[in-house]
Amino acid sequence: MSRTKADGRLLGARLRNHDLLAAPAVLNLLESRSPAASLQTGALLKAVSPAALGSEAPGHVVGVTGPPGVGKSSLLSRLVTQWRSRDRSVAVLAVDPTSRRSGGALLGDRARIDVDPSDRQVFIRSTAAGDRLGGLAPATRAAAAALAVAFDVVVIETVGVGQAETEVADVADTVAVVVQPASGDVLQFLKAGIMEVPDVLVVPKADLGRIATRAVSDLRAALRSLGTAGTPVLAVSSAAPPSGIDELVDALDAHRQQLDLPAVRLRARRMHALADFAAERGERGLRALGGRREAERWLAEQDPGLDLPGLLAALESRASEAEAAAG
Amino acid sequence: MPDKPSARLPERDRPWLIRTYAGHSDAKRSNELYRRNLEKGQTGLSVAFDLPTQTGYEPDHELARGEVGKVGVSIAHKGDMLTLLDGIPLDQMNTSMTINATAAWLLALYIVAAEEQAVAQESLQGTTQNDILKEYLSRGTYAFPPRPSMRLIADTILYTVRHVPKWNPINICSYHLQEAGATPVQEIAYALSNAIAVLDAVRDRVGRAPQDSEEELMDKVFGRISFFVNAGVRFIEEHAKLRAMALLWDEIGRERYGVQDDKHRRFRYGVQVNSLGLTEAQSENNVYRITLEALAVTLGRDARARAIQLPAWNEALGLPRPWDQQWSIRLQQILAYETDLLEYPDVFEGSKVMDGLVAELAEGAREEMQRVAELGGAVDAVDYMKAALVESHRERWRRIESGERVVVGMNRFTSTEPSPLTADADGGILLVDPQVEAEQIAAVGRWRAERDEAAVDAALQELASVAHDESADIMPATIAAARAGATTGEWAQTLRDVFGEYRAPTGVGEAAAVPSEEVAALREEVERVSEALGRRLKFLVGKPGLDGHSNGAEQIAVRARDAGMDVVYEGIRLTPSQIATSAAQEGVHVVGLSILSGSHRELIPAVLEALRDEGVEDVPVVVGGIIPDADADAMREAGVAAIYTPKDWNLNQMMRDIVALVGERHGIDTAAPA
Repeated sequence: MSRTKADGRLLGARLRNHDLLAAPAVLNLLESRSPAASLQTGALLKAVSPAALGSEAPGHVVGVTGPPGVGKSSLLSRLVTQWRSRDRSVAVLAVDPTSRRSGGALLGDRARIDVDPSDRQVFIRSTAAGDRLGGLAPATRAAAAALAVAFDVVVIETVGVGQAETEVADVADTVAVVVQPASGDVLQFLKAGIMEVPDVLVVPKADLGRIATRAVSDLRAALRSLGTAGTPVLAVSSAAPPSGIDELVDALDAHRQQLDLPAVRLRARRMHALADFAAERGERGLRALGGRREAERWLAEQDPGLDLPGLLAALESRASEAEAAAG
Repeated sequence: MPDKPSARLPERDRPWLIRTYAGHSDAKRSNELYRRNLEKGQTGLSVAFDLPTQTGYEPDHELARGEVGKVGVSIAHKGDMLTLLDGIPLDQMNTSMTINATAAWLLALYIVAAEEQAVAQESLQGTTQNDILKEYLSRGTYAFPPRPSMRLIADTILYTVRHVPKWNPINICSYHLQEAGATPVQEIAYALSNAIAVLDAVRDRVGRAPQDSEEELMDKVFGRISFFVNAGVRFIEEHAKLRAMALLWDEIGRERYGVQDDKHRRFRYGVQVNSLGLTEAQSENNVYRITLEALAVTLGRDARARAIQLPAWNEALGLPRPWDQQWSIRLQQILAYETDLLEYPDVFEGSKVMDGLVAELAEGAREEMQRVAELGGAVDAVDYMKAALVESHRERWRRIESGERVVVGMNRFTSTEPSPLTADADGGILLVDPQVEAEQIAAVGRWRAERDEAAVDAALQELASVAHDESADIMPATIAAARAGATTGEWAQTLRDVFGEYRAPTGVGEAAAVPSEEVAALREEVERVSEALGRRLKFLVGKPGLDGHSNGAEQIAVRARDAGMDVVYEGIRLTPSQIATSAAQEGVHVVGLSILSGSHRELIPAVLEALRDEGVEDVPVVVGGIIPDADADAMREAGVAAIYTPKDWNLNQMMRDIVALVGERHGIDTAAPA
């Protein structure tokens, strides 16, 4: 038997009314996998779609990613404080790097984000990454889309190894990549071509002085050689006394200002639909669409007005047609 | 031919310092207890402080709720310290203080109290535990981040070496590492790596502000480092462990720090024997365990303890009563005065078996120390060491659960007659007067109202500016603040404002999964319930209050993960409202709370209330810890779904219960399908 009692349409309405206390129930629903829950999830996503809202969800979806142990959580702690001092509500979706062993996972990240527990304008939810180390959790894309309706800022925190950077770039309006100073990361960036992903580069541990300054100048040089010298590189310190946090928030805001938001969100929805489709149908499903790249190309030609359930339905019918034709 | 060693000493050795770890409620009640213990032939004091004092919070701070006077005495200012030591001659007493994050402050209070007794600081004898790394690894009463904490330690060491020369400024603790599950090799390696980190920090500070010739000073510093070790019931190996530590300590002194004087390189240690192995089931058997463990630290003269405190038989039940402590002192006295233990030279000299064991342990420890060194030393290797300890502890539990490791009365030979020892109305433990917290809050309020506020403000301002200047010595400003009448909470808050706060790693993420059929069966049950719930069963493991003993909570978190649950574990020191907020936001199906400090009577109802405020009162709450039967009933009435005490050592059973509980609350049939 299923215990899903959540009403997706009602939860969507609560989010549209900026009822931040709806967030836990929204996440409970989005994480549920029963057939009844998928029905309600569909209703929720419809209720918060641009068509229902009359515009894109106003919240700023920010991805914060970087290698393990780089200090993302202490940085987030400071960022949340900074956003709160600017009177913005914040939701944090912490995608825990712990890979699921035995199906279970240890989620310990929220403790490191130090906030006042009585502050109703802050919401933190941790979820285990999917099967891949560093990937997004299955519900993260939908959660970001839904919470951006009610919260001023929605942060997706991931561990940046392998695929995570590109996945978070699919979802977020702005991606901040945290780079460990005095590590091989700077070089890795150049090699791996990850430089295409970040909208803002952050060098933490500015209190280390010369080491951080050196990392900043190395990164700037690397960006110049890639022809993306416009990407801001900021040194911050999360340790007491914090520094550079104010400037980082300004830089994130500035990036968002110059975005073509409808285009970014449209792409996010399409990638979301493809991810859900792939999770549901696996490699075979993707093959039926002619492969991931072909599917992306096809999606780009579809009606921009389609919401997530609509996009999913379109992918489904295209795959069925292809299978029938091959059949 | 060498001279044949004499089989007897020309005269009997003097016994070690005989202490009991004691203190509860307020300074006045603890002072009475100390005087009684000294009358009974105890030869030194060992002060137990309550958790707010240990972590630097005022008695009326939110986090201090339920903890004031519980696991030790509340010392909020110099007035409390004067009362605590009233009538005890400080020029003769040897006082050990189990104090770490706030060690500099308590040492300052002790020095100021001595001033008022007209005793010069030069003649004070005693020990401040002052070891922060093991607080991150095991005990949890840290206050500041690692770097400023190491600075505080270095400053207290340099201050005492220069001005309080008979003081042991730091007791490097291997004790708590064993409690956290360390193997003998890990215990040796991590304690010595920790000592190296401390000595390096001191050397670094001496380099910044040289007052003496560095060589000579480092010799003296090395000579003042002492250790606080543990001894478990495998007492032969435990004795070998101590000999191996002495061997390696001598090596480190010679090779790393060039200490010339043999006397300065001597391995000096005090001991509290094992609490981890004490059982709640048939707790009278603990007396035998403690006796054997005491032999581990006294048997061989070459590695004999300088000071011993033994636990009481009923530690796994609750706080020991004065009679329980007396029973524990008597054991030491029988060993020291009745037996012939102190009449011989080292009885293991020339023993091939002992030498072989020592060589094996020392070799293992050298390798592990090398690993820590490669990670940048003990401060940088905290994450690594913590994860290694959680892993060892997990393995230890696995062996107990499988019966490979025998614990008499617990996993073997369990049939028992009812115990007359716990039949009394008090259940065989000490009950702290619940009024103590309110009294202490009122008392500190009066203290603040009556002191010279301007003097305190000036002293704290000076402390803050000294703290900002990394090259400045923190001790003089600390002593001045103590003299001016500042409180423990004010001293710590001033430093928190400058140094920032810190959360230690939980170490649980890296622990390996347990391969066992029982866990596999559990996993199936979790899968089944999760499917019925619609999403994965999510379990919040919380440690409310200041209690830092997280070993149990960590093992439960790891086992729940192995059983397939999503586990939210946020480490220690959470307020009830933080726990409730997490439970609501994370959408958990069940909450588990762990408390070992005796504050459950205040904190559990507070968490239940906070859950109601968050609107998640339907999430069931289970509680684990040292919970006397009398309290358990009251907690069940308040709405706690299940209570686990040390006698419920089977973690798989606990997990089965928790899954069944969630199933029941959601109307899911949890009887495994036939």
